[in-house]
Formats: sequence, structure tokens, C-alpha cells
Amino acid sequence: MSAKPKIALYWAASCGGCEIAVLGIHEKILDVANAFDIVFWPCVLDGKLEDVEVLADGELLFTLFNGAIRNDENYEMAQLLRRKSQVLVAFGSCAHEGCIPGLGNFSNRRQMFDWIYHDAPTTHNPDNVEPVAGGWDFPEGHVHIPGYWDTVKTLGQVVDVDYYLPGCPPEADRIWEALTAIMEGNLPPKGSVIGADVTVCDECPRAKNEKKLKKFYRPHEIVPDPEVCLLEQGILCAGIATRSGCGALCPQVNMPCRGCYGPNEGVVDQGARFLSGVASVIDSQDPEEIEAILDTIVDPAGTFYRFSLPHSLLHRVAMGRQDLQD
Amino acid sequence: MSEHNDFEPVIVGFLCNWCSYRAADLAGTSRMKMPPNMRDIRVMCTGRLDPTFVLKALREGADGVLVMGCHPGQCHYVEGNYKAMRRIALLKRTLKQFGVEDERVRLEWASAAEGPKFAQTVAEMTETIRRLGPLNWKRLISSNGHREPKIEPESEPEREEVAA
Repeated sequence: MSAKPKIALYWAASCGGCEIAVLGIHEKILDVANAFDIVFWPCVLDGKLEDVEVLADGELLFTLFNGAIRNDENYEMAQLLRRKSQVLVAFGSCAHEGCIPGLGNFSNRRQMFDWIYHDAPTTHNPDNVEPVAGGWDFPEGHVHIPGYWDTVKTLGQVVDVDYYLPGCPPEADRIWEALTAIMEGNLPPKGSVIGADVTVCDECPRAKNEKKLKKFYRPHEIVPDPEVCLLEQGILCAGIATRSGCGALCPQVNMPCRGCYGPNEGVVDQGARFLSGVASVIDSQDPEEIEAILDTIVDPAGTFYRFSLPHSLLHRVAMGRQDLQD
Repeated sequence: MSEHNDFEPVIVGFLCNWCSYRAADLAGTSRMKMPPNMRDIRVMCTGRLDPTFVLKALREGADGVLVMGCHPGQCHYVEGNYKAMRRIALLKRTLKQFGVEDERVRLEWASAAEGPKFAQTVAEMTETIRRLGPLNWKRLISSNGHREPKIEPESEPEREEVAA
């Protein structure tokens, strides 16, 4: 076999968008294939788990791991690939912060199963079948169903992670930067998040004036001025609390930043930062009027923590306290 | 909630330098009695209070957070307390979705002359939290484990058929 360094790419709880994003580097993927021997990439290549298991520890130069950790299979693969890799990269928002799968932390396993297997209007499940964790023997062979967790975790919360490549999905330019850094052996300090240190606002070309808001709008409720800051127009734009590196793509097409790159450098809790900024631009000093303005923010927790709930300080909704939610 | 007889609430208090911290001083020098459950942290202004501080306090073991600042219109920095008013309002809505009771975070105003009000607020807050019981966030979020409970095939007869 070739003497090229071996690499792997894996997906856990994710949508597959990160896999597509890797191909967003276009023909440079051939440079990657020239430089590395891709031994495991289930989305694209027909590698098997055994191909990874037979490797010596640390034999993989690096693994790009996308997806959050929400069941036993995700967890075991994270541990296996950590052991086999010299460099483990949390690739994309799910592995970095929890992302959209992380919104599962607003409920728990029972509530998820009730909705998915019983209550959703599109579910047809007359026998009330649910996946049951464990090993099952069928005439065709043995099936193992991994246990489903109550709580979604980030990759960094279950194994040691070397680098974080944020984004939902990461931008092709950042991916190429990371790959070239690895190929040239020019690696940043361990634990680095590969992106800009500043916020999306710094890259956003919109005109920014004083913000004073009497009402917030959801994106479908308003046609925004294409030149002026979206938050100024009452749209909840997460740019103020989000790491840049994406090139402020969403605000440039009249959509607010949703916060997929996670908190900017030095910020612990993206949601708290976003919340703080939004509250401070409300134009009222009267408690009743403030409450009325806040009524126009639908689902504050889901908005502020859209991409970062598992990585946030509170991590998840209190188990057994869902009765307090609206 | 059930009885919490031996429960001593841990309350973190964020007090503004110019009014409420001085109200606390006045309450102390006037030898007013109040429960010893609050740990005071002085901030220059309630407008300096990043909501992160409140979340971190709750996560790290506080059962309640009391934020106190200058009365509206009397902020040393003109409008820092109005910012706090808006932030705490929005934070409380967010915390409700997380399953945190509304009374666990409270915003009150106390001027430097209002030692009695300070002592009374601390006493009230302590009693409120004592009634609510411990928050114990770290345990709360990890209870039931992070894995589903082991289900024995015997307890699932309809699936036993499938397995056979």
C-alpha cells in the first residue's frame, strides 16, 4: 500500500451537510487524495469499521469528525477515532457546539421518541414500535441498536479534541486553510478554533447606526432594507455574538446570521452574549413596555442557543422540569 | 415542593457599587439582622452584569441570584440600570424555557440610604429560595444519566416476537 499518511472522515449526529462541504473545495479534493490515503469515509467510500479497528493507535494522521454525540454508536466511534488519530478535528457546528441536533437538549429521550414514533402527524406506527437498545438476532443476522441518550453532547465533551472547525457547514476556504495547515505541518496551538477572532458584524458590509428597537420581527414578517444592519431593523441577527470566518454570507442575502460559527473569541456562552446585546438595544425604560416588546421575541432560548445549546453553560433543559416551560 | 428543613440556600448577589453595595454597608453598620445566605459580589453597575454571570452562578451551584442596583433614573452611569432591567427581563424568559423557576432570579433597586430595604430583600429572597428548594443544576441536568435505561427484552413482549 501507499506510504501516504492515512486519514479518516466520520459523521455522527449530523445532517450530512458537512460531508458535502468537504467537496466544496472542488478540484482541490484531488490534492487531498494525492497527499493522503483516505481509509475511512462512510458517506463517500466503502470503507468498513474493521478497517479502522485494525489500525495501530495514532496511525491516522487526522480525522475530520462531524456530528454531535447523542447515542452509544456516536460515542464509541468518537472514542475509537480519537485513539487512532494523531489529530482529531471537530468539524462543523455539531461537533463543535451541538448545532441543530443539540436543540434536542430542550427535551429528552422519552419526549423525542413520543414525537418521532407516535405523535407526529406524519408518523404511521400502528404497532407502536420503538427502537430498543441492545443486540437482536434475526434470521438474516445479528443487529445491534445503539442506546439513545437523553442529552446531546459535543465532541469536545466526550473526547479530547485538537482543533475546532466551526460552521454549519464550515466554509470551503476555512476547510482548505485547515487542510493546508495540516499538509504543511503548520498547525496552530492545540484547542484553536479555526476562524476569525472577531464577530460576523466586523465582516458584514451593512451600514450600522444607533440601534433603538420597539419591536422585533421574524424574517418572514418584514422585507428588510438591503443596506442597513438587520438588527437595527428589528430582525434578530446573531452576528453580534458570532465568530466570523464565514464572510458574513447570510446578512449579504438579507437573512440574519443564525450563529452557526459559535461564540467569538473570549466568549463563554453565545446565547447569553446574544441575549445581552438584544436586550440592550430595546428602546424603552418602562417595565411594562419592555415586556410588550419582549413578547415579539418568539422562543428566546431557541433563538439565542440555536447552534450552541449543548456547549452552553446550562447545557440542557433541567431534566424533569419541563412542566415549567410554556 | 417538599420540605427542605436542613436546606440552606446559596444566593449570589450582584450589587452595584454606587447604591446597593452601600445599602448593604448601611445595613451592616446599622447592625440589621438578615440571613447569611447571600454571597455579595460588587459590580460597578448593574449594566456591567453580563447575563453570563447569572448563568454561571446557577450552573456552579447557586440556588438563586439577586441583582440589586440604583433606582431607575438614578444610575451613576445614567442608564446602566435600564439595560439591566431589560437584560434580566429577557434572561428570565429564557431561563423559564430551561426549567428554572422565575423567582430564582430577582432584580431589585436599593439606594445607598435604603439599608432596611436591602436587609428585607435579602430575607425575602432567602425565604423564597428555601421554599423552592435546591436548584442543584449540575445534578439536575445529569439525572437519569445520559444513556437510556437498560430495557430487558422480557419487559417488551411484542418485540420478543420480532427478535425470535
